[in-house]
Amino acid sequence: MRTRALTLVDRLVIAIPFAWLLAFLALPLASVAALSIHAVADSIPPVAPLLTSVRGHLALHASLRGFQLLSHDPLYLAAFWSALVNAVLTAAGCLLIGFPLAFAIARSPAKRRNVYVLLAILPFWTSFLLRAYAWMGIIRDSGPVNSLLLALGLIDHPIAILYSPTAVLLVMIYSYLPFFVLPMYAVLERLPAELLAAAADLGARPAYVFRTITLPLTLPGIVSGAILVFVPAVGEYVIPELVGNSSTMMIGSILWEEFFQNRDWPLAAAIAIVTFALLMAPALLLRRSIGRLAGSAA
Amino acid sequence: MAAAQPPVLQLRDLSKSFGATRVLNGIDLDIPRGSIVSLLGRSGSGKTTLLQLIAGLHEPDAGTLAIAGADMAGVPAFRRPVNMMFQSYALFPHLNVADNIVYGLRASGTPPAERERLLGWALELVRLEGLAQRRPEQLSGGQQQRVALARCLVLKPTVLLLDEPMAALDRSLRAEVQQELIGIQRKIGTTFILVTHDQDEAMALSDYIAVMDQGSIVQFGTPREVYEYPRSRFVASFLGTVNLFEGTPAGGTPGQRRLVTEDGLTISASGGASAPAATGYAVAIRPEKVTIALGPTSLANNFGGVIERLSYCGNLSHATIRLSARRTIEATIVNSVHADSAELVPGAAVNVAFPAESAVVLPA
Repeated sequence: MRTRALTLVDRLVIAIPFAWLLAFLALPLASVAALSIHAVADSIPPVAPLLTSVRGHLALHASLRGFQLLSHDPLYLAAFWSALVNAVLTAAGCLLIGFPLAFAIARSPAKRRNVYVLLAILPFWTSFLLRAYAWMGIIRDSGPVNSLLLALGLIDHPIAILYSPTAVLLVMIYSYLPFFVLPMYAVLERLPAELLAAAADLGARPAYVFRTITLPLTLPGIVSGAILVFVPAVGEYVIPELVGNSSTMMIGSILWEEFFQNRDWPLAAAIAIVTFALLMAPALLLRRSIGRLAGSAA
Repeated sequence: MAAAQPPVLQLRDLSKSFGATRVLNGIDLDIPRGSIVSLLGRSGSGKTTLLQLIAGLHEPDAGTLAIAGADMAGVPAFRRPVNMMFQSYALFPHLNVADNIVYGLRASGTPPAERERLLGWALELVRLEGLAQRRPEQLSGGQQQRVALARCLVLKPTVLLLDEPMAALDRSLRAEVQQELIGIQRKIGTTFILVTHDQDEAMALSDYIAVMDQGSIVQFGTPREVYEYPRSRFVASFLGTVNLFEGTPAGGTPGQRRLVTEDGLTISASGGASAPAATGYAVAIRPEKVTIALGPTSLANNFGGVIERLSYCGNLSHATIRLSARRTIEATIVNSVHADSAELVPGAAVNVAFPAESAVVLPA
């Protein structure tokens, strides 16, 4: 191929994604990090300036109060913990439902696959809030789930699903399922059917084929799907707020409260930074170990 | 072929349809134990479906299929004493050579000591001893094929099926790999049945060729039989190049037939295993059996013509000679002496000749 010097237009085109990342990822992150070490003040905005000039000398008013609170107050630790547990359960639920679903789509006739993929992501066409409210209707005491169970005689009084940790998990798995199904489908669809046929030809039973061929070769899809679900699920705020109760107080809700109700911006920023760090570490580790995981399974 | 042993594979009146499409049409075939047999045909001839029926991936609609004397009706693929080498080789990319080869042994729970012994045997058989720890992507195409072969042979199948075994290889590698494949087969004596659309490959590899067309086996025989004595015009023109003459019978004896073509050529032909009915037939003559001379010869068939085209290919030259306004004949000249003859040039008047026994009589 012929190479040539980059024109001004080329440089502009290349610059766009970098500018995007800088403007919408790096700068906001940096400003949150800066906010987290501000001191609280009774003013608008509710923080003291970080740098002031006192008689010609530059003075730094940094404070690590937010981080100290986080590490000392068990409320925050509990909220972090319950967010992590909930996110793990959500990812596990998406795996249990999403893997067979993606597998079935990938193994269906080529003509129908796109229709099934479309159906899997169709819920995105309606507003998320509408779907959450629809779930509230379905699982409330007088909703169809309880009506059906009562009519079948399985229960004699409605069970309280709404405003419980079960409801939070249910709606979260429902909402995050497409994020798992899509990457999983992409990997499963590329898995050559011939490998499975060859394994069967060599005398392997379906369960053995699954364990020794399908699973190790689709591990990258499982890991990407799980990360895509897990990461936003940790910070989820809306679903616990709508269908959960006080026992489902998670770090996302705490962050919202600290920022908007208590107006403790530095503490809210510290929560955001700690959450970010907590999520980055496992995500990076998992990404790097995909190759080794896929290779060592035999 | 007079095989003392019973055939290892016996197909009787085997038929298969997919929906309204009849893919296989009354296949009868006996395959001798220990031979290499090619199912040769164009795509859509039914050769791959036949392979899948033998493997047990599909059940036939009608007919019987017996392997080593045992009827295979209702026997699932994994219980049949048959393994398949896939066109892409289908090596497991996350397993090394050794783990690929013992995959089937592991799946069936073969004890580790026996597994190791068989692995050693298979690695030696396919000459991959030093590469046991490599990943498939670190191997050449030929080595990958040998891993796929070893992975099947380690299970000691009665019949090994090979789906287009050379298709994934560079053309330049094929001759060498074909010889290796034959060498391995001769060493262990397993019956190989392979599917191919490449007639050169079928010729080079096989003890027997089953030529398939539209769901039927149109001829079964050794490569020599199939090439020299094709039984139909399809077989004659599918394997190699052929000159075909159609015409009306003009006397002769059952051993030596005569035919007059529409443009008035009289041809004597005595080749062919079975002489067809006298109502109408064709005669096939291979280009390499046609002689070009400057004067009349003692051969049974002599026609005057003009060289229309001559292409020099090193060892051979291909000539197209015009015999009449409507007909040309192809002739292959072996360049046994320096091919700088001033007489054999386009436009030269020559005599085209071939013996009666080289001309094969076919049904019209």
